[in-house]
Amino acid sequence: MATLYVDGQAFSVDPTQNLLHECLSLGLDLPYFCWHPALGSVGACRQCAVKLFRDEGDHQGVIVMACMTPADDGTRISLVDEQARDFRARVIEWMMAHHPHDCPVCDEGGECHLQDMTVMTGHVHRRYRFPKRTFDNQHLGPFVNHEMNRCIQCYRCVRFYNDYAGGTDFGVFGSRDHVYFGRAADGVLENEFSGNLVEVCPTGVFTDKTLKAHYTRKWDLQSAPSVCPHCGLGCHTTVAEHDGVLRRVQNRFSADINGYFLCDRGRYGYAFVNAPERLRRTSLRNAAGRLNLAPADALLQELCTRLGGNMPLIGIASPRASLEANFALRTLVKPENFFLGWSAVEDACARTMLAVARGIAPLASLAEVESSDAILVLGEDITQTAPRMALAARQAVRHAAFAKAKALGIPVWQDLAVRQAAAGLKSPLFIASVDATRLDDAATECWRGAPDDMARLGFAIGRRLSREEAGGETFPSAMEGFSQRVARALAGAARPLVVTGSSLGCPALLDAAAHLVGALRTLGLPAKLALGMPERNTMGLALMGGESLHTLEQATQKLPACALIVLENDLSRRIGEAAADRVFAQAGLTVLIDHKRHAGVERADYVLPAATFAEESGTTVNHEGRAQRFFQVFSPPDDIQASWRWLRDIGRGLGREPCDRWTALDDVLHTLEETLPVFHGLAQAAPEATYRRHGLKLARKPHRASGRTAVHAHLDIHEHQPPTDCDSPLTFSMEGHQGSPPGPAIPVFWAPGWNSVQALSHFQREVGGTLCGEGPGLLLIAPAQQVPEFFQEIPPAFVPRDDALYFVPAWHIFGSEEQSAGSPAVRERIPAPYVALRPEDAARAGLAAGDTAALEVGAVRLRLPWIAHPELPQGVGSLPVGLPAMPWLMLPAWGAVAKASR
Amino acid sequence: MQLPILTALGSMWEILRHTFRPRETIQYPEEKPRLPPRWRGRIILSRDPDGQERCVACYLCAVACPPDCISLQATEDAYGRRYPAYFRINFSRCIFCGFCEEACPTDAIQLTPDFEMCEYDRRNLVYEKEQLTISGTGKYPGYNFYRVAGLAIHGKGKGQAENEAPPTDLKDLRP
Amino acid sequence: MGRRGEGKPVSSLAQGLANAFGILVGLLGLAAGLIWVERRLLALWQDRYGPNRVGPFGLLQVVADMIKIFFKDDWVPPFADAPVFVLAPMVIVLSTLGAFAVVPLAPGIGVSDLNIGLLFFLAMSSLGVYSVILAGWASNNKYALLGALRGAAQMLSYEVFMGLALMGVVLEAGTFDLRSIVIAQRHLWYCVPQFFGLVVFVVAGIAEARRLPFDLPEAEAELVAGFHTEYSGLKFGLFFVGEYIGIIVISAMIATLFFGGWLGPGLPPIAWFLVKVAVGIAFFILLRASLPRPRYDQLMAYGWKVMLPVALANLAVTGAVVVARAGGG
Repeated sequence: MATLYVDGQAFSVDPTQNLLHECLSLGLDLPYFCWHPALGSVGACRQCAVKLFRDEGDHQGVIVMACMTPADDGTRISLVDEQARDFRARVIEWMMAHHPHDCPVCDEGGECHLQDMTVMTGHVHRRYRFPKRTFDNQHLGPFVNHEMNRCIQCYRCVRFYNDYAGGTDFGVFGSRDHVYFGRAADGVLENEFSGNLVEVCPTGVFTDKTLKAHYTRKWDLQSAPSVCPHCGLGCHTTVAEHDGVLRRVQNRFSADINGYFLCDRGRYGYAFVNAPERLRRTSLRNAAGRLNLAPADALLQELCTRLGGNMPLIGIASPRASLEANFALRTLVKPENFFLGWSAVEDACARTMLAVARGIAPLASLAEVESSDAILVLGEDITQTAPRMALAARQAVRHAAFAKAKALGIPVWQDLAVRQAAAGLKSPLFIASVDATRLDDAATECWRGAPDDMARLGFAIGRRLSREEAGGETFPSAMEGFSQRVARALAGAARPLVVTGSSLGCPALLDAAAHLVGALRTLGLPAKLALGMPERNTMGLALMGGESLHTLEQATQKLPACALIVLENDLSRRIGEAAADRVFAQAGLTVLIDHKRHAGVERADYVLPAATFAEESGTTVNHEGRAQRFFQVFSPPDDIQASWRWLRDIGRGLGREPCDRWTALDDVLHTLEETLPVFHGLAQAAPEATYRRHGLKLARKPHRASGRTAVHAHLDIHEHQPPTDCDSPLTFSMEGHQGSPPGPAIPVFWAPGWNSVQALSHFQREVGGTLCGEGPGLLLIAPAQQVPEFFQEIPPAFVPRDDALYFVPAWHIFGSEEQSAGSPAVRERIPAPYVALRPEDAARAGLAAGDTAALEVGAVRLRLPWIAHPELPQGVGSLPVGLPAMPWLMLPAWGAVAKASR
Repeated sequence: MQLPILTALGSMWEILRHTFRPRETIQYPEEKPRLPPRWRGRIILSRDPDGQERCVACYLCAVACPPDCISLQATEDAYGRRYPAYFRINFSRCIFCGFCEEACPTDAIQLTPDFEMCEYDRRNLVYEKEQLTISGTGKYPGYNFYRVAGLAIHGKGKGQAENEAPPTDLKDLRP
Repeated sequence: MGRRGEGKPVSSLAQGLANAFGILVGLLGLAAGLIWVERRLLALWQDRYGPNRVGPFGLLQVVADMIKIFFKDDWVPPFADAPVFVLAPMVIVLSTLGAFAVVPLAPGIGVSDLNIGLLFFLAMSSLGVYSVILAGWASNNKYALLGALRGAAQMLSYEVFMGLALMGVVLEAGTFDLRSIVIAQRHLWYCVPQFFGLVVFVVAGIAEARRLPFDLPEAEAELVAGFHTEYSGLKFGLFFVGEYIGIIVISAMIATLFFGGWLGPGLPPIAWFLVKVAVGIAFFILLRASLPRPRYDQLMAYGWKVMLPVALANLAVTGAVVVARAGGG
């Protein structure tokens, strides 16, 4: 530690950091624009000027930029020095010279870093009387709104979009005071992380376009800490609501997981909650076979009467539902009748992942992905299935540059200098995939192959690392060469990482990855495994355990006598429409608990509207086995309630223990902990409902929330008490503790004078460090300590067939995930249905450019436009997964392709 | 030094003299008071000199309101002009403090010298935008926010606001 | 006990009852009317109108208020000591009414002529403090209790020199009988020889009646409403009536003891008495209109450090003068 003297007061600081970083960590107010904790310093905006003194006797001092000056031991600076203050005020005045008179109609207003900094420097009066320069805006797609007049040229946007997220379609144009940040021409921002521009931009140039459609100021938003429900990474989000409408999702910092950034699916996928077509009312199928609305009480009573005899219950769980909901189902239907709501393939993948994590490979968090210095991505297209992991992997590549900079004596926060010194130097990132991926540009080398071949590649590398004979297996020379380079890179790394996942539906890949990590660990390297998972609670469901839907499909004679309870699951997306129809047709009675309207609704006898992630509190387990609590944001309208409450109500009606005793979430959690030891400690993953700060619950609304006595005055002149929340330590109003709650329960980042998201630094132990209070969640999976048992089964090589193509699933960040696909903004980015074919394979099938392909995959026949993907291996095609406009296909599968007749 | 009793007697005398002073009370309703133009009475929403709604739905009045009796929802027309989709004041909660008027950056919300708005039913004191909007500029003639703001709206493109240069030509690299 | 008064004796029972009933009704009516008088006078001195809408000159305002108060929910707080809570407001009305019993309004008009009338008056007016204490105690409310404690201390203190102040009058008149005291003032009202006695008695009287500026037991700025915080409706009304009767009693006593009671030229005796009482009441209201409430410790300090010495000195001097005059005579 070094000693820094700020205005004569001594502070203990980190000498490897810069002055601005340390001043903010100390909680001192120093204005800044271009610096960002994740992007480093470039000294572009000249706003963080401070006076630097030579020694104790120096009273003259010089003005330096705090972000560009290291916090060396004994440094003496002054923030309040008259000259430094005047300098900062003048800089703001220059920036404001052209800033438009827009604040009242600007979406950033009230949470604008520029506003905060202007107030902080004390600039109030505009002296510049000449015309303001203006710019034309660009249409940047459904996510980000562009208002270029407001720009203050801090360069944060390009530094994030191009340097950090690897975007290529955005840049800075023009010269002098004509500097323009945008695309070469109007068009959708292609990068998967474009939404972060909204938070990165210190003013209102880039704003959230979905928020604009139902605009609410930050001070009116009722927010709660949440966990993104759109993939298995479990990124932390702040979800905000006003007047019954979910308004926006923002990144919620967590040092271990998503840091400062979020992917666009996580940020913009929320609007399915507001969708008018979602399930909101309890309904019941009448004798004529039509679904009619019915009051919840009456419906439950009738349901329980029908179940009342000894009708066995069969429960179909869901990786999309919370642990509590799944456990409530398991308790209601008894473990032997509890089926994990996924297909045999998904089940195999999930089991393998769990076995791998428990046996060999410690799972890596996103922060650990980012700190790895050699990565092999095996099969998983993480940009599409686990986008935030791709962004982390992209940063991991910079470790070589950091090492070089360090050797040259350049601190890592000197962003521009580090990037210049790197001169294209990258840490090893090897990508093995079926098709080209969006991360290829960051990769050292890419390799394409069919899933089984990639598994073989994994084994080949593992064998090379452990210098074992392949047991009679021989690998082609191309694979050998690649595996040699990968093996060398991984073995030479300090923190090697293997990334894979279940998206290709190939358990062998997971075996191979496990084998590889095992080999690395045998070498004494702290190798880790990062897993991409398609759904938010895949790991949680795997931990809970049960049989897959395949077993249920077999039990055909059992079904007719049973009542089927389907929990937040669209069975057609699991086992295909035909199989799902068969299950529904056989079941004696079907109860569906869901929020999304899908094919299952038309087959259910009772439909109970479930709460979405924003309308209930609950727990999910992410890809690294971290149990995390997400908190309810608002009280849902109509009949909607949390799934576990519906199941509890059914349990009560049937007099089943212990469901009938559950009143609050913590009751379920405690029963869960008692029943399944693997979840021990789960209730402590976040503050429990009884948590109080200074005797108060935590307020979801900021203290300035407005309109309380008018917002519903047209409906009822009397103001009703806000709903009570027995599931969490938060309240549905501005009444409650507003200061500094523990990390997992911070509803919104705000500090006096810091209205923008930059207020975050006031909640961190140090800038960029962990949040004050407890850490995020609870790790449930600890790998075995002893030397692991290797996964050894090498699959045979992939052999292309003449009569058919092997279709693998192509996941899309927008469209493949079921919930976010219901969001209008995301819907605009969902690709049109297609089939991707290698041009040679297409030519063999007689397809010319522009032709429509006729496909037969499994029992499904399709006509799709085809597109050429030359990087696909021979004999392999790819089909997009789960697009709303396409029927569900059970992939991977062999299928026939031909030219469609007109 | 004054004896306390003397000061007490002094004040009693002073009060007693008020017996012959005229009364300040105005005998409302027979006699109407003269209210100055800045009287803080019934709140209205004014229009700009072009006859358009002045309110740009910035929420500043709502956040300034001590009894939280203003509620609105911002929306935009097809050209990006922002206005309130609804604007509601619950006068049964309003304390006529005038903070909303002070907070308003566009002179849209104004308090008027009218206080005769009693109702027998509280529900009738909830005023919507239709009841609040008047057809003139109210106390502040002349100001039109969108003529000053940089935001483009229908009929006013980029660079056409007051004191604005035409939009920059990015292809022009001359110094 | 005997009658020493001048004029017609109150002989028959019927006449006595009629007399008493008439005074009771008149007193209660006057007390109610005083509400209107006070509000109008305060308004006058504050350059306002006061109640002027209900009936002529707003006279029916009192009726309206009474109707309102009658129809209010007769509520006893669940945490209160109910019997005592109900009893307390009655005590104040009864004690002040009792005190008025000995006031000689005019020759032949008066409820009762006691030869120890003055002592009876002092005794009855001291009983009023029970009402305050019982109300405060029974309310089971911290503000009420604090008000009651203040009331007890205040009345106990001012009781002392209230009595002492009157002893000068007794010495001069040589009797406790109020009629005799009035008649003794035929030549000179005692306000002249007993000026200091008058001042002390007026101050003590205000304190006894808990009127502004000595309304510390209520002190709405600090104690919500002091001892009657929990009271509402008719019971609150009783406290109100008790307070106004108290004003009338004190004014009547001032008139009787220091301003020659019914004595005066020209007008009938009862008119003189009423005029003097009215001036006294107006003076009380003027005090309310003009003086701020002292701090509690100031109130006690005035009492013990100023009023008591003045009363004692007055008594000593009066005694000396009476002895000297007797010796000389």
